[in-house]
Formats: sequence, structure tokens, C-alpha cells
Amino acid sequence: MHFTRTVRVLFGTLTWLVLAFLYVPLIIVAVLSFNSVASLAWPPKGFTLHWWRLAAHSSGARDALMVSLKTAVGATAIALVLGLLAALAIHRFRFFGRESLNLMIVLPIALPGIVTGIALNAAFRQVGFAFGYLTLIIAHATFCIVVLYNNMLARFRRLSPNLEEASADLGAHTFQTFRYVTFPLLRTALLAGGLLAFGLSFDEIVVTTFAAGAGLETLPIWIFRNLSRGDQQPIVTVVATVVMVMSIIPVWIAQRLTSDDGPLTGGTR
Amino acid sequence: MKTARFCGAMVAITLLAAACGDDSPSANPNEAPRVIGEGEKALNLIVWAGYAEDGSTSPDYDWVHPFQDKTGCIVKSKIAATSDEMFQLMSTGQYDGVSASGDSSVRLIDAGLVSPVNTSLIQNYADLSSFLKNQPYNTSGGKNYGIPHGWGANYLMWNSDVVTTAPDSWNVVFDKASPYKGKVTAYDAPIYIADAALYLKTAQPDLGIKDPYSLTQKQFDASVALLKDQHSIIGEYWNDYSKAASAFEQGSTVLGTTWQVIKNTAELAGSKNLQAVLPKEGATGWSDTWMVSSKAAHPNCMYMWMDYITSPDVQAQVAYYFGEAPANPKACADIATRYQDTTHCDVFKATDEAFAKSISFWATPRKKCLDGSGNDCVPFVDWIKAWTEIKG
Amino acid sequence: MLIFYVGSLASLFLTSLYRLNEDGSGIEKVIGLQNYKELAHNSVYLDITLRTLKIAVLVTLLDIVLALPIAFFMAKVVSPRFRRLLVAAVLVPLWASYLVKAFSWRAIIGSPGGVLDKTFGMSPNYGEIGLVIVLAYLWLPYMVVPIYAGLERLPDSLLDASSDLGAHFGFTFRKVVLPLLMPAIVAGSVFTFSLSLGDYIAVDLVGGNTQVIGSVVFDTFSADLPFAAAFAVVPVIIMVAYILGIRRTGALENL
Repeated sequence: MHFTRTVRVLFGTLTWLVLAFLYVPLIIVAVLSFNSVASLAWPPKGFTLHWWRLAAHSSGARDALMVSLKTAVGATAIALVLGLLAALAIHRFRFFGRESLNLMIVLPIALPGIVTGIALNAAFRQVGFAFGYLTLIIAHATFCIVVLYNNMLARFRRLSPNLEEASADLGAHTFQTFRYVTFPLLRTALLAGGLLAFGLSFDEIVVTTFAAGAGLETLPIWIFRNLSRGDQQPIVTVVATVVMVMSIIPVWIAQRLTSDDGPLTGGTR
Repeated sequence: MKTARFCGAMVAITLLAAACGDDSPSANPNEAPRVIGEGEKALNLIVWAGYAEDGSTSPDYDWVHPFQDKTGCIVKSKIAATSDEMFQLMSTGQYDGVSASGDSSVRLIDAGLVSPVNTSLIQNYADLSSFLKNQPYNTSGGKNYGIPHGWGANYLMWNSDVVTTAPDSWNVVFDKASPYKGKVTAYDAPIYIADAALYLKTAQPDLGIKDPYSLTQKQFDASVALLKDQHSIIGEYWNDYSKAASAFEQGSTVLGTTWQVIKNTAELAGSKNLQAVLPKEGATGWSDTWMVSSKAAHPNCMYMWMDYITSPDVQAQVAYYFGEAPANPKACADIATRYQDTTHCDVFKATDEAFAKSISFWATPRKKCLDGSGNDCVPFVDWIKAWTEIKG
Repeated sequence: MLIFYVGSLASLFLTSLYRLNEDGSGIEKVIGLQNYKELAHNSVYLDITLRTLKIAVLVTLLDIVLALPIAFFMAKVVSPRFRRLLVAAVLVPLWASYLVKAFSWRAIIGSPGGVLDKTFGMSPNYGEIGLVIVLAYLWLPYMVVPIYAGLERLPDSLLDASSDLGAHFGFTFRKVVLPLLMPAIVAGSVFTFSLSLGDYIAVDLVGGNTQVIGSVVFDTFSADLPFAAAFAVVPVIIMVAYILGIRRTGALENL
């Protein structure tokens, strides 16, 4: 691909500007976590490690983190299975109402969180589910499934059907084909989708507010609660900075995996 | 056909869900218990921020763990940002108790979400300030529904560097031509309409407003009109106290309604130019009450909590941390020893009954006027809708 | 699972037809259109809906403008190794808490005393403009990803062919790339549009006095559920209409 220098420089500059736009607020957050005064006002008045120490000892933050992790794992697990199945069904089989089903599956992500939140909240109460991990994971699963579904469907569409036919021609039955041919090709999409779903669940607050029960606090809810406590706000910045830095690892891994299998997907390159 | 079956199933489920036993609470609250039994080892509370500190925000403020050690009731507290949220959480029936302000307590009683309280089971009840007992916001039909926790007023705060003449009247926040346009604040909740009504009580006496929570349609409309005018000078409304604090601190807000804790927080962060006053027209305020859910799964632990939180020692900690007047005046001495602050109760006028009576504590407007003046007052539901209109 | 979800939405709609009893302490299960009548009758709700739509559209446009250069740069211009780095760089901010980012922006655009104010001497302050910027910021990665994916699928050979035929870059971009990218752009817009339509937290933090559909629904939810449900139906209708409308462009495949 050959581009003129002007084009390269132009796009390059724009990219860096956009990246700066993306990261400056995050850097501000990180800097504020060292603020010697308990406030989120700028500029910080001094340097201190006080908040980092407090955060390290904060049982509230740790508990919230565990809840978030458990919920995200649960929701992602459900999403992996159901998302894959749904995508498989939509892709492979033609049935009446397929289009509408496709539309409906997308709804949890397309509709504003608050709508999903209230609707599920009311539904849970009607059905009589006790609020807790169950309701929370179900609620998160609704939008996690969509993410997986979309990723899988996109991958299915890119997969050349020839591969599966070839496998069948060579004598493998359906399950074997799935296990040895299809699944490895899906693996990276599953992983990438899974990571995205995990991330969505981890940071979700609106639906969570309506779906978690008494005393179940995910990390975003903990953050929200503590952002309202003037004198403890910087602890939140510490937690946020830590989460962000730690998330570089899974994002990087996901990236390596998804771009490694270019030639295998039978894509257009 | 698959579609038909699918659609049919959906319709059936919808109807089922709708027809199935609904969630509206039963109309018959339980009777108050006669004795406190064994603790149930758990307690789920709905609280205002700062009322149930467990050391996770600051190790210096923890009165939950000592309670857990003493009674074995493990506490889980959910912080609510507004009275409306408290009401909604209580209606899930999953909590044992709530620290309700007057603008939710009456609703809770009416909806049968809380049970009458046997005050003789609370040892410290006798010591609590008498002007907090048997009030319209915690009593109904001759029965007592709550244990007072603490109270405070909504002050008028200003930045003395910008607002050079010290105000003494609420008229500065209702002045359409205010020189501080865009830097004025007000409390972001429908209950704030009462503040407008309270001001009009003095400013427009021919409206005949007596109780800002018992408003005829005409009085209500006048208050709403005042607030719609006020909207043009408001920079930001607040209901998150730390947002309000940082706004005053940074100077994006210089004048408006406030809680004492906001002033304290801003000053802790370095503000030196904030002043507060209780204007001459009086002020609205809040008097919080611990109430027991009619669906409480752990009522004994709840009673133990109510007794604990009203003891002088714990009252001292809560009142000091939040910045309010404790319901138990014996806490004043405790505040002096624990925090070396001998002025707290004076500043908050904890024992000043006349002062407390001059505050219009938050209450829930009902059609049947709270002050007994009739049956055609504007109910809270209309306050909520009006508030949306006011904010535009 | 799906049935449960759709069923719950239907139940929400049903609730919107109920109303609150007089004292406000319970819900009367009487079917009627009173909530919708109120919504239609009182102009403030129309104002709020239009305002929310306006904000959602502006945010979407802003995100498209910001996402295109970076997505194109990542997909076509840079080397594969660098590309991975860039994609990761775009995705990492998604993991920083939404709340903390919003609070950070509060410190940035506040006036006086905000970062912008202290650095440049001027700042949009809390309000609609600030809100649009912040929302665009929050949803930007959601727009970059589908556009990037769409560009990845775009064969390099097409671009080569176009330049071989004599077109300079600007022309190629406008006439070849953009039309082919439309489905991807529209797919991204579904996210930014829907997220903006329903948001109330960021609105509360940086929107100043601005009221949007989300804020009204949230504020009235606890006190008057049927009314809140009725107003919540509005964004649902908008989004469903939008999705049905874009089905033809094939954008749904690109989500």
C-alpha cells in the first residue's frame, strides 16, 4: 500500500491528537491519585502516597473487586456458550422469524442501559428472584451475549465454507469437523469477544444498579459510592489507575491473538 | 409454525408476569414487637452517606465493627442518594431498616413498608431530644414508627471573596437579576419546592402559606413559578454533596443552599472563604429517623442497631463525622472528649428546641394536608412532575 | 434468556400504562393512556426528547469525525506490529472506569478552576457543549472498533486500483472508502446513539442543568414507576425505529 507523505503525516498527526484526547483525562486521574488534598479539583496541591496506602488496605475496594470479577466471569461464561450457539443457529439454519430474532438479540446493547435496568428489575421482582449474584449475572449476561454473538457471527461470515466441506470430504463427521476444524478457527474470536464482554461487565454501572441486591457491590458501584464521599475521592482514582494499568495485559493478549490468524480466515486480504 | 409458537409463548409469559402476584406491599403493617429476641446474625440497612461507617473509607471512623462484635449482627449497608431512592429500595422488601428523612418516612408508612416501633425497647430513647419525638414525620395514627437519629438545617452558603455583602435572606438565590447568575446552586430534588414556598411565606404573605409542605394549588403554582424564574440563574443543581463541595471549592458555584457537611468538606480541602448563615425567613431541614421494614428478615438485629446508634458514644461519632445535631444530647460531652471539640453542639444547636422548631423539616406532601388545613393540598407526585418542568 | 428479556420489556410497557394512586404510595393497575397523554400534553417532555436526540446526533457525528482518521491510520497506513499497539491503545481506555473518566472531565471543563480554564483561560463549563464532548470521549472506542474492522475488510487492492486509475487520495477516500465503510459507520453509530440516548450519569456530572430522557427516567423511577416506564418507552421506540431503518444498509452484520 502506497500513500503519499502528505497523507501519512496528516493521518498520523490526527491519530496522535485523538490518542492524546483519549489519554489526557486518564493521566489526570493518575496524577490526582497522588494529590495531597482530598479533592478532585485541579491542580493537585501536593504529592503523597497516602491514598495508595489507604487503597491497598481498603477492604471495601477488595471486596468490590472480587464481586466484579466473579460477576464478569459468570456473565462471560454464559455469553460464550449462548452467544456461540445463537450465532451458529442464525448462521446455519434458515427459519421463519430469523430476521426478527437477529434484531431482538441485539436489543440489550442497542437499548439504553436504564431501560434494560428497569425492565429487568421489574421482571425479577415479578418472577420472585431474590436479588443477588443470580440476578446480577443474568442481567450482565444479556448484553455480554450480544457481544459474543456479534463477534461469532462476523467470524462465521468470514470463514470459508470450503474448509468444513473439505473436512467432511475427508471423512470427518460433524462433531469432529467442529472440534478439529471449526473450533480452532473460532478460538481467537471467542477470546477477543470474551475479553470485550468481560470488560463491559466489569465496568457496567447502570444495569448493575438495578440488578444487584442488597449488599452486593461491584467495583463501579463502590467507585460511585466513594466518589460521593468527598474526603475519600482520591482512593477511587488510585483504584481506577490500577485497573487501567492492569487491563493493558488482557487487551494486549487479545490483540496478539486476533491479528495472528489473518490468512486462516479466508478473508479478503 | 415456529413463529406462532414463539409469539404465543411471549404473550403468555407477559400476561403471566403481569397477572402474577404483584409487588405492592401489604396494607397491614405488623405490630411492633414486645421484646428483642436473639440476634439473627445479619442486618441489611439503607443509609445516608456517612451514617454507617465501617472503616473502609477511613479507619478513624468505624462504628459498625464494634456493633458487629457486640451483637454478632453482620451489617451490610446500602447508601442511597435521595429519599426517593430510599423509598424504592425499601419497596424491594430486602432490607431491614432505613434512616429515612421526612420526605420518605410518611410515604413508607402509607405504603405499609415500615412497622410501628416499640420505643420502650430502645434504652436510649428516653434521652433523645423531646422535640424529635412524636412528630408528623415519624408518627401516624397514634403509633410511633421510628427512632430519631439526628437533624440539621439547609443553610445558605456563599463565597465571601465574590459575594462581598453578607446575605441574610433567601432573596439572593431567587433574584432573577442576580449578579451571580450562572454561579448559583440549589438542591436537586422536588422537595426543594418547599424552600421556595418557605421564602414566599415571608416574601408574599398574601399567599397565606403556613406550612411549606401543605400547599394549595395556588400556593404551589406560585412556588413553581418562582423556581422557574430561578432556573435562569442556576449554574448547577446538586444532590451529591461532594460535587457541591468541589464546586464551591473551585469557585464554579458561589452561592446557594447547602448542608453543613459540604462546608466542612470544602474547608478540609482548603477553602477559606466560605460562610454560611440561616436566613431570616427560616430554612428547611431534615430530621432523620430509623425505621424498621415491615418485611424485615432480621428485626432483632435492627432493634439492636437502633439502640446502639442512639447511644451517646456512637451518636457523637456520627454527628461529628457528618456534621449534624445528634438526637441524643448526651453525645455532646462525648464529642468534646473524643474529638476535642467543645463547640459542636453549639454550632449545630443540638439542644436548642426553639431553633429546631423553626426549621421546616422535610416532610412528604399529601393530598390530605399535613398541617390539617384541609384535603386538597398538592400531593408529592405532582411535586415530582413539576420539578422536571422547572429544570426544563 | 431472550424470552425473559423481551418479556421484561413487554412488562415494562405494560407498567407504563398503569398509574400511581393518589397518595403516591402504590401503583394502581388500571390500564390507561394517562401517562402518555401527560407526555404529549406537556411540552417540557418534547423539549427534553428533542434535546436528547440532538445531543445523541452531535455525539455520533463528533465520534465519526474523530474515529475515521485513527481507524484508517491503524488499518491501512501503519505496519502490522505498530497496528497491534495502536489498537490496544484505543481499547485500554475502555477499561478505565466510566465514572472516573466522567469525574476527570468534570475537573477538566469546570470553570473557573478546571484544567482547560487554567491552561487556556477558557472552558465550556458544565452544559450541553461540555456534555457532547464528554459523551463523544466516552464512546469513541466503540466507534473506532467497527470502523477499523470495516477497514480491515476493505481490500487494499481497491485502493491501489483507484490510485492506478489516477485518483488522488482525497478522491479515493471520499468516493471509494467512505461508501464502502457506511455499514461499519452506521454500526458504530448504533452504539454511540443508544449510549447517548440513555445516559444520565455523565449528564449529571458534566451536563450542568441539562435534563435528558435518562435523567427524567431515573429521577422519577422510584417515585412514579409507571410514568418513568412511559418515558423510557420513548428511547426504545427511537432505537427500534433506527435499527429497523438501518437494516437495509447491512450495518447489523457489522456490529
